[in-house]
Amino acid sequence: MAALDSDGEEDLVSYGTGLDPLEEGERPKKPVPLQEQTVRDEKGRYKRFHGAFSGGFSAGYFNTVGSKEGWTPSAFISSRQNRADKSVLGPEDFMDEEDLSEFGIAPKAIVTTDDFASKTKDRIREKARQLAAATAPIPGATLLDDLIAPAKLSVGFELLRKMGWKEGQGVGPRVKRKPRQQKSDPGVRIYGCALPPGHSEGSEDEDDDYLPENATFAPKDVIPVDFTPKDNVHGLAYKGLDPHRALFGVSGDHFNLFSAGSERASHLFGEAGLSKGRKLGISGQAFGVGALEEEDDDIYATETLSKYDTVLKDEEPGDGLYGWTAPKQYKSQKESERDLQYIGKIVDGFSLSSKSLSSKKIYPPPELPRDYRPVHYFRPELSATPENSRLLQVLSESSGKAVCNPGTQSRHQLNAAKRGDLLGETPIQGSPTSVLEFLSQKDKERIKEMKQATDLKVAQLKARGLAQNAPSGRPQSSSSDGGHCSWHATPSDRTASARASNFKPFAKDPEKQKRYEAFLANMKQGRHDALERCLDPGMTEWERGREREEFARASLLYVSSHSTLSSRFTHAKDEDDSEQVEVPRDQENDISDKQSAVKMKKFGKLTRDTFEWHPDKLLCKRFNVPDPYPDSTLVGLPRVKRDKYSVFNFLTLPETASSPATPTSSRKIQQHQDLNKSRKPSRWDTSNQEKREESSSEFLSVAGSAVGTPKQEPSPLVNQEEEPVPEPLSEQKMVNKGADLQTEGEASRPSMDLFKAIFASSSDENSSSSEDEQGDSEDEQPGAGEADLTHSSETDLATTSSMTLASEPAPRAPAPSFPIQKMHFDEREEFGPRLPPVFCPNARQELEVPQKEKPKKNKDKHKLKKEHRRKKEKKKKHRKHKHKGKQKTPKAEKSSSSESTGSSDSLSDDEGAAAMSPEELLRRLKRLPLKRQ
Amino acid sequence: MLLENRRCVRPLGSDQVNTGPRAPRCLMLDPERRRADPGREEQEVGRAGPREVDGNYCLTCGSDKTLKLWNPLRGTLLRTYSGHGYEVLDAAGSFDNSSLCSGGGDKAVVLWDVASGQVIRKFRGHAGVSTVQFNEEATVILSGSIDSSIRCWDCRSRKPEPVQKLDEARDGVSSLKVSDHEILAGSVDGRVRRYDLRVGQLFSDYVGSPITCICFSRDGQCTLVSSLDSTLRLLDKDTGELLGEYTGHKNQEYKLDCCLSERDTHVVSCSEDGKVFFWDLVEGSQALALPVGPGVVQSLAFHPTEPCLLTAMGGSIHCWREESYEAEGGTG
Repeated sequence: MAALDSDGEEDLVSYGTGLDPLEEGERPKKPVPLQEQTVRDEKGRYKRFHGAFSGGFSAGYFNTVGSKEGWTPSAFISSRQNRADKSVLGPEDFMDEEDLSEFGIAPKAIVTTDDFASKTKDRIREKARQLAAATAPIPGATLLDDLIAPAKLSVGFELLRKMGWKEGQGVGPRVKRKPRQQKSDPGVRIYGCALPPGHSEGSEDEDDDYLPENATFAPKDVIPVDFTPKDNVHGLAYKGLDPHRALFGVSGDHFNLFSAGSERASHLFGEAGLSKGRKLGISGQAFGVGALEEEDDDIYATETLSKYDTVLKDEEPGDGLYGWTAPKQYKSQKESERDLQYIGKIVDGFSLSSKSLSSKKIYPPPELPRDYRPVHYFRPELSATPENSRLLQVLSESSGKAVCNPGTQSRHQLNAAKRGDLLGETPIQGSPTSVLEFLSQKDKERIKEMKQATDLKVAQLKARGLAQNAPSGRPQSSSSDGGHCSWHATPSDRTASARASNFKPFAKDPEKQKRYEAFLANMKQGRHDALERCLDPGMTEWERGREREEFARASLLYVSSHSTLSSRFTHAKDEDDSEQVEVPRDQENDISDKQSAVKMKKFGKLTRDTFEWHPDKLLCKRFNVPDPYPDSTLVGLPRVKRDKYSVFNFLTLPETASSPATPTSSRKIQQHQDLNKSRKPSRWDTSNQEKREESSSEFLSVAGSAVGTPKQEPSPLVNQEEEPVPEPLSEQKMVNKGADLQTEGEASRPSMDLFKAIFASSSDENSSSSEDEQGDSEDEQPGAGEADLTHSSETDLATTSSMTLASEPAPRAPAPSFPIQKMHFDEREEFGPRLPPVFCPNARQELEVPQKEKPKKNKDKHKLKKEHRRKKEKKKKHRKHKHKGKQKTPKAEKSSSSESTGSSDSLSDDEGAAAMSPEELLRRLKRLPLKRQ
Repeated sequence: MLLENRRCVRPLGSDQVNTGPRAPRCLMLDPERRRADPGREEQEVGRAGPREVDGNYCLTCGSDKTLKLWNPLRGTLLRTYSGHGYEVLDAAGSFDNSSLCSGGGDKAVVLWDVASGQVIRKFRGHAGVSTVQFNEEATVILSGSIDSSIRCWDCRSRKPEPVQKLDEARDGVSSLKVSDHEILAGSVDGRVRRYDLRVGQLFSDYVGSPITCICFSRDGQCTLVSSLDSTLRLLDKDTGELLGEYTGHKNQEYKLDCCLSERDTHVVSCSEDGKVFFWDLVEGSQALALPVGPGVVQSLAFHPTEPCLLTAMGGSIHCWREESYEAEGGTG
């Protein structure tokens, strides 16, 4: 660098920028090591040069994402609001700004692409291209490209230019040689590559005559090899018609240039003189003579073979290498001798190789022994057992091998030392082969003793095991070995003792059990001789052995079974106390009735179910409706808890729909009223009350009040009544009470005796009654015989059930339309075995639809029937049937000592029946035949 | 006139009822009352009026997962509401035409803003919504589903849970109507359930055959029930008694619509034989069988105040008026 400080040195020329002057005493800075030189982008981030300089992909923050802290998502924008106007995202939406910059993958600035940049100036490449173009069928196809000339030069060009290079020259030191004279055989030169245009053109003409001594010349420009793949089937050096000649109809030696102005063509082919005054125009074969053409002699130029090479020769003496830069001189000298030796003609551009081809070495097959017979036979394999050892020996001898000891002699069983022995080596002294050799003699002996002892023990045990195995045939798993191991292992299990206390495998023999326990105790203490210690010394050896074995096995067995089992099972987390299911209290069950009603187009009461339904408070608010049940917390239909598992889920009584149903709704309401009025704790009473008033008119009047009253004052009685009596229509009114009442209902449940009596008697009754009633039941409307199940009392249920089972064959299949839900509610625990759960009585009923129809209604009807019977009104046979049932039921009731209310109940029933309006009955009767249809 | 329309297949909730081709259903808005029955199903037709959003609107929905708002009198498409993930089975408009609700196979009940076309809320929980309704003040959306439940969604709070779930139905809820204090639901289990909020009672009327469509009469005293036994029944709302029965059409597979004429004089029902049947309400005699086309007339809606009927068949909607009507064009 130039120092600028001195004024005197004016004639010094300084290039570049000087470094900062060093401070006094400052040590020169160390250059920054390469690995620490960094490049940063405009954001101060380190730039990475992945791949190419500019194109490297720098993802996120240091190839992580987002920021220093990690990926920070851009603010989430919900598309929900914008969904109406969809916007289409393009790739730019996902690019960084770097991608859009000059060197990004999608630069925004307008940049000349490679196709245009420096094309014209890159002579070398251009020449190659044009060469190809010239030989193409349509010459000058690239003309248009050349008209569009970008002003930009590549850096390389500029650098070269600054160094004195001029276009058209070759790169390199100037040479002194005289530029070679070009052969002026155009025909040949077509095939070769032209000289660099500038050079050939300039130098050839002038330098022919005069060559100053001191002149140096730029080296010849090199024409790049055209590496276009050969895609035709022409011969190696074939060139077809020169289109130039063909087109322009050049007579002999000279081309007509495509146009006089285009120097490129001439440059390209090194054409010096474009002498002929040919003007622009297309001429030649097949084109005829243009208007501008002066000559017409050569319109149909004839191709003569003289224009073609007939001999392969060095086309261009000076530079036949087509750009290959290998020193030709050197090569040719060396080749000369060998070329001479070579007889054939050497294609130019090729030379004899310096190395002779090494011929493949062929190895002869091995010599076969003279007595070799190409047959193989397998020697029989014999295992070395005492019996056939002899045979083996013979065999081995026959095969000429020395027999080794069959068991140990395999060479894999020898260790290094042994092999050494066999080979007669002297063992190496300094290196012990085993750790054992480090042990002192004393230790070794001790080990040996121990080993012997254990071996002995094992042997003993084995022997015993064998002895025992045969007679007892016990599982192989508990072989003596296993036992041995096991009772060594078990002591570690601390829990064993605890278990042992309650596990007495030898309880029959207290002595033995004691010994066994002692053994366990010993084992627990970790004594290895536990077994031996606890054995009775007075026993024979055989007995002792056997016992030992047994103990070992017992301990093993017990422990294993216990632990394995316990590991697989866990205690239930929560007791299965949820035996109750919440079920809507009222359900629209009796489809069959309604179907028939629909068939008859008797819409109205028959097809209508009314339920109490609690709307949500908020819903009421939203509907601008006052809450109909301001005090209740219920929502939806009232629900009842029922036993999941109850006999009554299955015990469905076949109920015939024979008896005309009273308008159930009315009844229900009445019931409610009654119930509310009288809170007596007897079910029978309640049932009576229910039946008392049954006129529909009353029902209507009552309906309004009924809704409100029952729920507010729930009483135990009410509960009982309600539950057993699921009446299709009226039930719903009572719904509100349900939940509250449940608990109370349980309290008033009759004693167990009652149930027993009922169920005990029922079977008897069945048998007896079934015969009598069968005839009747068929005559009767189906299901007429059903007892009043509707009463909550279990006695009634029982009787009815029995009756139905036995006596009710018929159309109303003895299907379980029984008011199951309610019944089993009461009965919960009383009836012995729990049956599998029936979760949704409703669903079941629906399934059974064809069989049981309208259970609720049936019940109602049954009630009615009962009443009728009691009154002894004239009814049909089914009445009889009922009557019998009735009679039985009282019996049952009486038999149950606890039930005091039975009599009263029956009375009440009568009353209820009496209260029924005659019209109602008539109506129902009328309906009956229809239903059968 | 002909509107582009889409078929929608709408399962009724049980195997008893075939899912079938279903075109947009039509519903008339009552511009006078401004509340009344909001636009039913997919179509909502109102008379052009001075009100903000109402006018001649017709709402269609279908298997292309969108709702479309039309001017049925001119047949122009006004807006498309997209956001459903599956076919839209039902839609309804609020009393003031400011919002829409819809439900469909994507198990969501969607509340839309009419003007902006955006989804305001989505309520999830159903297993496939078959019918939706606003309540009178558009504060609650009621949706009936093939999961045999009706859910009441509160539009005012942000709670994702329904206010109440009415799961009394034993099978899919096929049709739903709401009056000021009642919820009327028809279910495939063959029952019409009327939840009376004022009284706090549920009235369940058994019809026997899977119910395809129900509607209140305009006086609110009767319910019209159509079921798969090709029968329409007019039931007294209070007692459940049968007031009239209308047969002659064919409805055995699909969920077809029925309605009452603008003054309750006639009962109108779709039919699977490509006609729309009119019966005299009182006499029960068939007054007219209007041939619509070769396919199944899937849905229809009657103008609340004028004798104007929209029917949907296949992919098109037809608007019918009496011949004297001189507007954009009589029958389409």
